[in-house]
Amino acid sequence: MSASTAAAPLGGRQPRPAPGAPRAYQFPRFERSALANGMHLVVAPITKLPIVTVTVLIDAGAVGDAPGRAGLAQLTAKLLLEGTTSTGGAALSDRFERFGASVEAHADWDGALLTMTTLSDKLRPAFLLLGEVLREPSFSQREVERLKEERLAELLQLRAEPRGLADEYFSRFLYEPTSRYARPDGGDEASVAAITRDDVLQFHRSRYAPPGITLIASGDLTFELVESLAVEAFGDWIGSAPSIVTSTDAPARRGRAVHLVAKADAPQSELRLGHVGLTRTHPDYFPAVIMNAVLGGLFSSRINLNLREVHGYTYGAHSYFDWRRQAGPWVVSTAVQSDVTDAAAREVLIEIERLRAERISADELSLATSYLDGVFPIRYETSSAIAAALAALVLYGLPDDWYDRYRKRVRAVSIDHVLEAAQRHLHPEALQMVVVGNASAIRDRMEAMAFGPVTVYDADGRPL
Amino acid sequence: MRIPIETFRLPNGLFMTFSEDHTAPIVAVNLWYHVGSANERAGRTGFAHLFEHMLFQGSADVAANEHFEMIQRAGGTLNGSTWLDRTNYFETVPSNQLELVLWLEANRMGWLLPAMTQQKLDTQRAVVKNERRWSVDNQPYGTWWERLPALTYPETHPFHHSLIGSMEDLDAASLDDIKHFFATYYTPDNAVLSVAGDFDRAEARALIEKHFGSIPRGNSKPPLSDTTLPPTFGDWKREVVADDVMLPRLFLAFRSPVFGSDEYYAASVASAVLGLRKGSRLYRSLVRERQVAAEAQAFTYDLTKGSDLLVVDVTARPGVAPEALEHHVADEIDVLVRDGVTDEEVHRAVAIIQTEFVTAMQSAGERADRLSLFATYFGDPSLVNAQVERYQQVTAGPVNDFVRERLGEDNRASLLYIPKVDRDAESGQRHHAENADDLAEVVTIEARP
Repeated sequence: MSASTAAAPLGGRQPRPAPGAPRAYQFPRFERSALANGMHLVVAPITKLPIVTVTVLIDAGAVGDAPGRAGLAQLTAKLLLEGTTSTGGAALSDRFERFGASVEAHADWDGALLTMTTLSDKLRPAFLLLGEVLREPSFSQREVERLKEERLAELLQLRAEPRGLADEYFSRFLYEPTSRYARPDGGDEASVAAITRDDVLQFHRSRYAPPGITLIASGDLTFELVESLAVEAFGDWIGSAPSIVTSTDAPARRGRAVHLVAKADAPQSELRLGHVGLTRTHPDYFPAVIMNAVLGGLFSSRINLNLREVHGYTYGAHSYFDWRRQAGPWVVSTAVQSDVTDAAAREVLIEIERLRAERISADELSLATSYLDGVFPIRYETSSAIAAALAALVLYGLPDDWYDRYRKRVRAVSIDHVLEAAQRHLHPEALQMVVVGNASAIRDRMEAMAFGPVTVYDADGRPL
Repeated sequence: MRIPIETFRLPNGLFMTFSEDHTAPIVAVNLWYHVGSANERAGRTGFAHLFEHMLFQGSADVAANEHFEMIQRAGGTLNGSTWLDRTNYFETVPSNQLELVLWLEANRMGWLLPAMTQQKLDTQRAVVKNERRWSVDNQPYGTWWERLPALTYPETHPFHHSLIGSMEDLDAASLDDIKHFFATYYTPDNAVLSVAGDFDRAEARALIEKHFGSIPRGNSKPPLSDTTLPPTFGDWKREVVADDVMLPRLFLAFRSPVFGSDEYYAASVASAVLGLRKGSRLYRSLVRERQVAAEAQAFTYDLTKGSDLLVVDVTARPGVAPEALEHHVADEIDVLVRDGVTDEEVHRAVAIIQTEFVTAMQSAGERADRLSLFATYFGDPSLVNAQVERYQQVTAGPVNDFVRERLGEDNRASLLYIPKVDRDAESGQRHHAENADDLAEVVTIEARP
């Protein structure tokens, strides 16, 4: 109990207490190794509950999609769980689920991820089944067609879903058309329709091979157990490393522009404001993260307090860097009452300019740094969160001591670092604004803002 | 697996549950108040949730929004949520910050009203209206959370009305309503305080006595109006909604046994057999084999009074007409009623539920939340440790009894969303809705601040 609280009478209204002494925390230790065929292993044993997560990270992300075949990486990853040469899709789901295992596959921009969480007493059979999934997918014509149809249904649903639509259009207008980032990771109608089973087979052959795969395991297990399972499941799998793929992250245009996507009678406008951000390995990563936290990364950040608590324009507003190997977007995201769309956008612009013009206060800095420092152990309570953190290390080529040094590096960021980061990495002159909303009602006001040229589109992205 | 549990009660009625776990320097606090939208009076729908927002607007020693700031500055996460029959507030922080959380929660439980102002109420009213626009009015199918309870609970029933409330009722809420609601429901004897993670029980108990001990108990809250309902609807209720959506989507609901009863576990397993994950019947049949659905799932609301709901939720594939969707879903239910479930299906469902339980128990916040849940609803937090066993005791027999008794045509309510204008070229026909002019109004599953 702290001294400051001792004076108040027991039970009455108390003065604010001081914190006790912090207890040390260490990110889980992990061990790395490789099989003879080049497959990498990363293993983090955790003594807590009888549960394990296995994540297979494959160098088969969406940036590797063949030209005109956007969505191929995503489709290939999802098809892994739709049947192997000896087990049909329904039977496969049934087998995993009878172990109680949850299993999921998808392709991120820079890698495909096959993740399974299971009770540790079912690890061996579930792991071997996961091996079958990875090595012997059937990619049956029927399943290829079905998942293509499901993606098309998803795209159709998006037309009436303002949040998703705003995110998609923001990427489309942000990057130059040849950039893979300009199209959705799952592909669009034309590219998905063009994908054939042969494309999938070819993609799997060229990108799913042991030297391009890292097997990550965390939870109630030992390194020796994982290594022996990996040898049993993958030891005789031979393949050569996939080629290195990349995509341009060049912006579509130099100046500002407003892209207004019409949704008739929308009571709110989904608003996105941002520009191309930074690569995940940028040397200014920490100052940029703190800078963003002050601007829009926390509940108590400037943009949320301004738009929500001062003006009541919105239920919430936040900003974030979408970190990728190449520069992903930096974006402010909110939904505001339709009749204040321009006023809300103006407040965001003021906050961006203010962060570049003036030093933040010591209180603002310490809020952001002490939050990111303190919340660190809370982020890694589960086997799946630890596996995801280790996957990020591999995906972005971060050093092994990244998580051990993380908190110290957060605390080392200064007020001047934040000002420099804002001046270097926020580009008001390059901002793109996407609004999905009631175009006929708000167009004139968006023009009157003189933010940049305004183009109005229908829900299918055709200029009106 | 079992988690350790200890309980205490303060003289003012505050019930405490503790579960220690020292694997990481993290502690979670979860405070449940036994009040939700069901306790609202007519003309004040949405009040419980609006009130939850006001609890972040400060108290005698805490400025507006400072609760958020203090917890985040301490390196913690936090939020609150409102449900039909409870409201909760929760924080997970580094373990050396436990007393800060207890102080903040005590300050607003004991000394909220001095900080309430008309201006704060007006701002939060605007925020909640925008929450409603965001989660309900401007979201495809967003009205389902409001329409389904309205369809399935009689008009006078406490679960019938909107959780997030109507714009008119939100406008009508006054500071006097705030004071009255606070005095009636936000009292220590109507609350459960759970602490889970890295802490010392004796120390935590002393801290809770220190901070909460002087807060007076309440003057008895008014009883909830009668929640009792017959076990079935008696017929097949139907509502068709033409909305700004691209694909038809069907919510098919059944009255089912309340959470905590023996029959509940059989119903929950039936729900999992039907629609939990890709190995479930609906997914296998409608998504994989017949390819008439893009998505299919089933779940229960887990209500503890009156009647629970089991809900099947299926979205059509493009080109599948709403009538066909409903036909296919009903067909699967009929097959289940006729043939029953197999032991293998029960085994699959229970295995998934068991893994989900252990997965959740990794998190201190989840532990604290479930302790509060079982303490609030049943006065016994140790029930958290009995859940997996209760599922493991379920066999095909009781599941089939449930299926036969409750999934028949006399106990169905369908809420069918159809596109306002059918843009599907193949079918080429327009669908007319009974209540196309009925403007979409609200609800979220769990409204957060």
